[in-house]
Amino acid sequence: MSAVVKSPGFHSDEIQSMLYLSGVTKSFDGFKAINNLSLDIAPGELRAIIGPNGAGKSTMMDIITGKTRPDTGQVRFQDSIDLTQYDEADIANLGIGRKFQKPTVVETLTVWENVELALAGTRSVMRALFHKLSAEQADKITDVIQLVGLKAKTGDLAGSLSHGQKQWLEIGMLIVQGPELLLVDEPAAGMTDHETMETAALLKEINKDHTVVVVEHDMDFIKALDSKVTVLHEGSVLAEGRLEVVSANPRVIEVYLGR
Amino acid sequence: MINTKIFEHSAIGRLLLADKAGRYLIAVLLAAMVLVPLCNLIMPEGSFLYVPTYVVVLLGKYLCYALLALALDLIWGYCGILSLGHGAFFALGGYAMGMHLMRQIGERGVYGNAELPDFMVFLNWTELPWYWYGFDNFFFSMFMVALVPAVLAFVFGWLAFRSRVTGVYLSIITQAMTYALLLAFFRNDMGFGGNNGLTDFKDILGFSLQSDVTRCVLFALSALSVVLAYVLCRAIVSSKYGRVLVAIRDAESRTRFMGYRVEHFKLFVFVVSAILAGIAGALYVPQVGIINPGEFGPINSIEIVIWVAIGGRGTLFGAVIGAVAVNYAKTYFTGAFPEVWLFMLGTLFVISTLYLPKGIVGVVTQMRERRAERNATSTPEQGAES
Repeated sequence: MSAVVKSPGFHSDEIQSMLYLSGVTKSFDGFKAINNLSLDIAPGELRAIIGPNGAGKSTMMDIITGKTRPDTGQVRFQDSIDLTQYDEADIANLGIGRKFQKPTVVETLTVWENVELALAGTRSVMRALFHKLSAEQADKITDVIQLVGLKAKTGDLAGSLSHGQKQWLEIGMLIVQGPELLLVDEPAAGMTDHETMETAALLKEINKDHTVVVVEHDMDFIKALDSKVTVLHEGSVLAEGRLEVVSANPRVIEVYLGR
Repeated sequence: MINTKIFEHSAIGRLLLADKAGRYLIAVLLAAMVLVPLCNLIMPEGSFLYVPTYVVVLLGKYLCYALLALALDLIWGYCGILSLGHGAFFALGGYAMGMHLMRQIGERGVYGNAELPDFMVFLNWTELPWYWYGFDNFFFSMFMVALVPAVLAFVFGWLAFRSRVTGVYLSIITQAMTYALLLAFFRNDMGFGGNNGLTDFKDILGFSLQSDVTRCVLFALSALSVVLAYVLCRAIVSSKYGRVLVAIRDAESRTRFMGYRVEHFKLFVFVVSAILAGIAGALYVPQVGIINPGEFGPINSIEIVIWVAIGGRGTLFGAVIGAVAVNYAKTYFTGAFPEVWLFMLGTLFVISTLYLPKGIVGVVTQMRERRAERNATSTPEQGAES
């Protein structure tokens, strides 16, 4: 168990699973995007999820974050919270952060302002109207910008960043949200090899304090993450285990790796 | 030049310190607020500096439109809510003011009935409908000027934003809303004067609406309202709340996943905007002397969007400049070439969308940047010569 417990913040003695999906099904116009999917992520875990296009990775993310409601099945966060009862804003405030496939930052605001908006705190209209940044909050913003390597760009508009930098900014925004669980959708898409490796290192760093689920296509990136891998195919789990084991599975080779 | 120390002590001062264009705008509006009435009331007729009363009224009307444009820019420019029905809130504020002015007529109407407005006597009504109660009172009426648009915006916005109606679909239903109100207010049995609307007003708080002094005061109040609304809008968009609005405009789902209740943020700004539009309508009605269902017309609402687009969306001062400039052009061209005005307005909109995406303000900013660049490159040469 001790290998899993990476942070004292997890209360892992109480929580068995950070995220638990069981028998989840979702169809769109008869097409089963998710078919009897079950998944169990332990607190403090770093999990990679791979699968060919249309395997249901994005729909799975949508279900976990409240954007889509499943037809059947259980989705539980920290053992007891039924996520199907909440919407996106609630789920974000419960402690699940999501990074989109396409980097999604507010391009017309600066790097600093983007991080400031994401910073944990009350989300009410009145608080936002009369908000004053405390020194402590400012320090936290500075720290995170430093962590994601954008210190020199603090005052620049997010729209002026490169693709890779936007991905990092978005990851930084997720961290200051103070989530327990981070869902990261294809962070290495469109990155150079060097950026890909830096991103893997960044996610491993973040994993020290957070449970992280990464959806990715890039095999080099998955190798660099060095974590347990789940292979999705046609909306359900095809294989699960260490990358070496999974990639030796003939079914996996057939549907995914062989292509 | 200006002692900036005074500004630094207050929150509003610091806001204006960072907003140069806004300072100029406020200075111009405050100067107009004082000088225009002075030049109308004190200068002798025929003098070079004399401002005729019709010009005072016209300028006052432009300022009401400017306030309306500010209201629209707040939601469209900063939160991406393109309302094509903002004329409805303006008209409702106008009707609330119109109802008060109707009650002030008393027995001076054509039928001399102290209890009922003329149009009700004409329709053979015997008593005042319940929803006209209270409009004898000025303060109640002013409260209604803000409350009625606010309630409509709240209910409409609550339904629309909760169901996540956005973009062009939202624009279409706002247009449908103002059209539905147009049809409703045309009906005589609604009790708002049918297609004639409310008119023939006599006085406000005992002051004759025909007197130059009252007109100058209304003008000054309009200018002051634009200044106050500008400062309010600037404060809103400069706060963290304003940055959330921009985040919603540019990355709505990101904002949701950050944990913000997007519908609450939209609803608040939509209601504030509706109240500002209502106030604009209430200032407009005593100056033009009539309010009728035509103000609910879909075209009116679309024109507001054109003012903001031409002035420069998402800048606040652009909205004011656009409203005044386009309406001045409208006054001039509808006088000089009445047939071509609508074509011109259409052309202006197309040109500004295609070539001036940031409006008049955008062009000025661009020119200043170019000049700054040229200066930056020429300075070293001058240094070499000396």
